[in-house]
Amino acid sequence: MTSSPSHAPPLVDHQVLALRLRGVVKTFGDLRAVDGLDLDLRAGTCLGLLGPNGAGKSTTMRMLTGQAIPDSGEIEVLGFPVPQKSKQARARMGVVPQSENLDEELTVRQNLTVWATLLRVPRRHRVKAVADAMVAAQLVERADSKVQTLSGGMKRRLLIARALVHRPALVLLDEPTVGLDPQVRGDIWTLIDQLRSSGVSVLMSTHYIEEAERLCDDVAVVSHGKVIARGTPAELVGIHAGVEALEFFGPPVRLQRVEDTVAPLGFSTRRTGPSVSVLRAEALPQHVVDALGEGSRRAANLEDVFVLLTGERLAD
Amino acid sequence: MTDLTRLTSGPAEDVPRTLRAVEPTAFSGVFTREITLFRRVWLSTAFGSIVEPTINLLAFGFGLGALVSSVQGIPYIQFIGTGTVATAVLFSSVFAGMYDTYIKRTFRKTYDGILATPVDVPELLLAEGAWIAVKAGVFGMAPLLVAIIFGLPPSWGMLAIPFICFLTGLGFGFMGQWFSGIVPSIDSFTYVQSALITPLFVLAGIFFPLQGLPQWVQTSAQLNPLYHCVQLVRNAVFGWEPLNDLGHTLALIVFAAAMALLSIRALRAKLID
Repeated sequence: MTSSPSHAPPLVDHQVLALRLRGVVKTFGDLRAVDGLDLDLRAGTCLGLLGPNGAGKSTTMRMLTGQAIPDSGEIEVLGFPVPQKSKQARARMGVVPQSENLDEELTVRQNLTVWATLLRVPRRHRVKAVADAMVAAQLVERADSKVQTLSGGMKRRLLIARALVHRPALVLLDEPTVGLDPQVRGDIWTLIDQLRSSGVSVLMSTHYIEEAERLCDDVAVVSHGKVIARGTPAELVGIHAGVEALEFFGPPVRLQRVEDTVAPLGFSTRRTGPSVSVLRAEALPQHVVDALGEGSRRAANLEDVFVLLTGERLAD
Repeated sequence: MTDLTRLTSGPAEDVPRTLRAVEPTAFSGVFTREITLFRRVWLSTAFGSIVEPTINLLAFGFGLGALVSSVQGIPYIQFIGTGTVATAVLFSSVFAGMYDTYIKRTFRKTYDGILATPVDVPELLLAEGAWIAVKAGVFGMAPLLVAIIFGLPPSWGMLAIPFICFLTGLGFGFMGQWFSGIVPSIDSFTYVQSALITPLFVLAGIFFPLQGLPQWVQTSAQLNPLYHCVQLVRNAVFGWEPLNDLGHTLALIVFAAAMALLSIRALRAKLID
């Protein structure tokens, strides 16, 4: 037997589950926010929860930390039953909230030190843990700046670094780039990608298709508190949206004509603003393509999948 | 560029498999956070908590003191000086409990962050309440020092006063936390202040002895924790009354314990869905 770096054993056993949810239900009054959710996160992978606002993503995140108690169902986080042993699980996980809640009047270093204490980093390791976290978040030069003087992107990086200061086995990211400009979003993606490559299990909720496609090994499409499809981004696209879409631009009348032409043939369409896309366009007969007039072919994407499955749009 | 493997080589190894309900580590984590924050704002907090009771003391001491030379055989400035200790404790603890807790929970989402770490609601609230009480223990000494400057003779009993202030501050800090968990909005604190805090403050024997008031007022004062604080402070300065003082201490302990339970119950309902 030969061994080469490419055959080296994986950093973590991917058969082990970092998260396991079965039949989880959570209601708020009449609203079933989470409605029989099943979810597995294999250790060392990144799972994306993709869904529009109100799909139950944040409630799910809160149940994983014991900050919301499910009405029924089973939750295991890193092997610990939650909420019963939620505290043990929390000691081994890092949580990046959607809304920034740093201590504004403290410095970067003080924020991280406080969190290292709360996250049980032993006193003798604390200084180094904080220093490492600042390197990871590229905030070394701003170590002694108060948080209120940092830019939005720096604050978000600090928020992520704060959740990594105790070397967690699992990281929860709730909409990590919501409200950030594209440049900053790229920085955050790099950080998350490095996190995944280093063997940490990541659960990330998002409603940005591109984010899920770029960062997630698996995607669970969530709608009305249920997982309605899951797989790798490529699998989901292949199964549900085919290879490519044919997109037409024009006035509403033209878009309507496209829809009326393909609907009888059993093809799905979806509108995005001034355009309409015919999905699974690779299967369209050539004479239909000719009849439709000028359009542009593009690769099918997760948004197509999402719209096909839910009939909803992932509005920003 | 960045090296995350140093950060993420596995779960923290020092975390025990089983954790108790209220752990010293979680408690001290929250407590340390408060100390770190306080180092940034100590001047403004200390200023308000010390200057206000001092002004009260001087105004009443010299203003009323010109009309009333002594109360129960004690020079009025000394009577009011010892009473004002309770004022400092009340104001530094109940408002910190009310406003800070409310703001951290609703506006700053601080608690959502802390409760995602291995810290539970009781540990969070007990640690914050204990920190409020420590501050009350220190700030409560300010009026006493002013009174000493104006002629109150120092005594050994005064060494007990920080502990009396701590115990009283614990109860009122938890009471403030509890209110923060049951008011519909931050504006409602005005009602709490007018309908509850002011009567507690006025009918505690700080500015005048309650002995001259109707019997029902004197009886209901037994239910006012601040009254027990005032009595303990005066007795610490002017001479202990062992049996009574034991009663006052017990009353303050029961008050603190009851408020802690109410605070934990109310805020758990708000913080955990």
